Amino acid sequence: MAQPGAVLLSEWTKVKTVRSTWITLVVAFVVTVGLGALISAVSSSQFKNLSDTEKLTFDPTAVSFSGIILGQLAVIVFAVLVVGNEYSSGMIRATLAAVPQRTTLLVCKAAVVLAMVLPVSLLTSFTAFFLGQALLGSHRTTLGADHVLRAVLGMAVYMTLIALLSLGVSFMLRKPVLSLGLLMPFFFLISPILSAVPKVKAVAHYFPDTAGSQMVHVVSSTTVPFGPLEGFFICLAWVAAALLAGLLLLRGRDA
Amino acid sequence: MIEVHELTKRYGETLAVDRLSFQVPQGVVTGFLGPNGAGKSTTMRMMLDLDRPTSGRVSIDGKAYHQLSEPLKYIGALLEAKAVHPGRTAYNHLLWLAQSNRIPRRRVDEMLDLVGLREVARRRSGGFSLGMGQRLGIAAALLGDPRILMFDEPVNGLDPEGILWIRNLMKSLAEEGRTVFVSSHLMSEMAVTADHLVVIGQGRLLANLSMNDFIDQNSHSFVQLRTPQPEALLDALAGAGMTATPKDDGAFEVVDGDPARIGDLARDHGIALHELSPQRASLEEAFLRMTADSVEYRTHGEDVHRTMPPAANGWGADWQRAQDRNRQKIKTKKES
Repeated sequence: MAQPGAVLLSEWTKVKTVRSTWITLVVAFVVTVGLGALISAVSSSQFKNLSDTEKLTFDPTAVSFSGIILGQLAVIVFAVLVVGNEYSSGMIRATLAAVPQRTTLLVCKAAVVLAMVLPVSLLTSFTAFFLGQALLGSHRTTLGADHVLRAVLGMAVYMTLIALLSLGVSFMLRKPVLSLGLLMPFFFLISPILSAVPKVKAVAHYFPDTAGSQMVHVVSSTTVPFGPLEGFFICLAWVAAALLAGLLLLRGRDA
Repeated sequence: MIEVHELTKRYGETLAVDRLSFQVPQGVVTGFLGPNGAGKSTTMRMMLDLDRPTSGRVSIDGKAYHQLSEPLKYIGALLEAKAVHPGRTAYNHLLWLAQSNRIPRRRVDEMLDLVGLREVARRRSGGFSLGMGQRLGIAAALLGDPRILMFDEPVNGLDPEGILWIRNLMKSLAEEGRTVFVSSHLMSEMAVTADHLVVIGQGRLLANLSMNDFIDQNSHSFVQLRTPQPEALLDALAGAGMTATPKDDGAFEVVDGDPARIGDLARDHGIALHELSPQRASLEEAFLRMTADSVEYRTHGEDVHRTMPPAANGWGADWQRAQDRNRQKIKTKKES
């Protein structure tokens, strides 16, 4: 058997020696923090125009994380390219000739994506939180308030899970264009739209993004029938399913 | 030692590799020859466990490829040029490969020196020429100092200097006692590099023999004749126990004929000769004939496992027949 340590080191070298890694992760940080700051600033100035219910359910933590809607797309691109680039360049054959143990390979790639995205996500979520709160002025909350720290950490966990989900999808679909063509519209358009359609939205609540985003809410949503912990497990189940399906396909088919 | 046993690969209706069995002899260059689409690359990918065989197996020193720990130390392979991420430098490409099989980092520098890429090692490989990409692929294959090397069409698209370099490299690798397995669709290329030949056509084994045997069996000499009196010449030759085979362009061939004897015979019978030239059949032609036969046997649904087509007598005629039959087939196809 190939040494998992050796494969990990090798995959780590691969990830850090291409520009796309750094570009996508910097974009994820900048967009999430920047858009979150913008929306926080606007919310602060428009607060007086909100209805009474909206004022009561105002969630300053979640508002400072609004940028994730766009920022997650960069995270998706990062994870998709980790695998997709190997398929589009033909390098996957060199990889599988060097590491024919395909399960080891997938696990090591997932571990490297985790190790790369989690620190960036933590940095992003804390920066977005503090910057957002500073711009929310009198409507701000603090890290010490109930559930706020959980929501900030939840945000980092959400970004990481989205990356791992995208990795699994990329192992399934191989070509980056296909994977991005599925994931980007899904997270940016389809899921948000379906969540607003009556009846369908009961199902859409269990989509990875809606379920996962419960982790970042301090004030529980009135429409989604489960809390942050359940949301985490639903999201985790999606990730596990995507990686498992990716693994089965990777093991079974020609490179 | 690589053993391929009853290897079969089916893509839907197409049988790309058909119960292929052979062994790759150790310490020599083995040419894996076949026309384009014969199943060479598919076979090589199955040998590396990249493609899953429909049935059959490949063993390397008695083990399946995926059972090898650190396979780059057993087998180095060059499958396709430029199977590298265009944004990664040559150095980093070799580095991740080395790390995955716990190959010391100094081997990366040594290989870059060996293939002459040291100057561009820190450049992103996307800007590499085909030749440079091929050199990088060879550096990757040699990285783990493997006993076995596999090259898939290594000279494709290379300039003459690059071709010469690869030829010499393969020879020197075999001289070091390594096993070299190299595919090609060009007989002429194999003739100058290979010691042993494995020939396939339409996924089936056609020949598995040493290069010397192949030359002995296929490189026949013949005499080409032209005359304004063909009937008289054919009679005279038949009288002397020689068979002349007519060619498309009106000339005749006498396989293994002696030009002096034929010349004398023509003079004795008063036949004018417009051409009397000793010739040698090229290995390329022998290879073409062999693979054309594979097409022929296949379409007739016969289960022929002849490794060598009949030699000597009427080999030009055989080739001719195969050609005619192919033409006939094309015609029938068009009509239907």
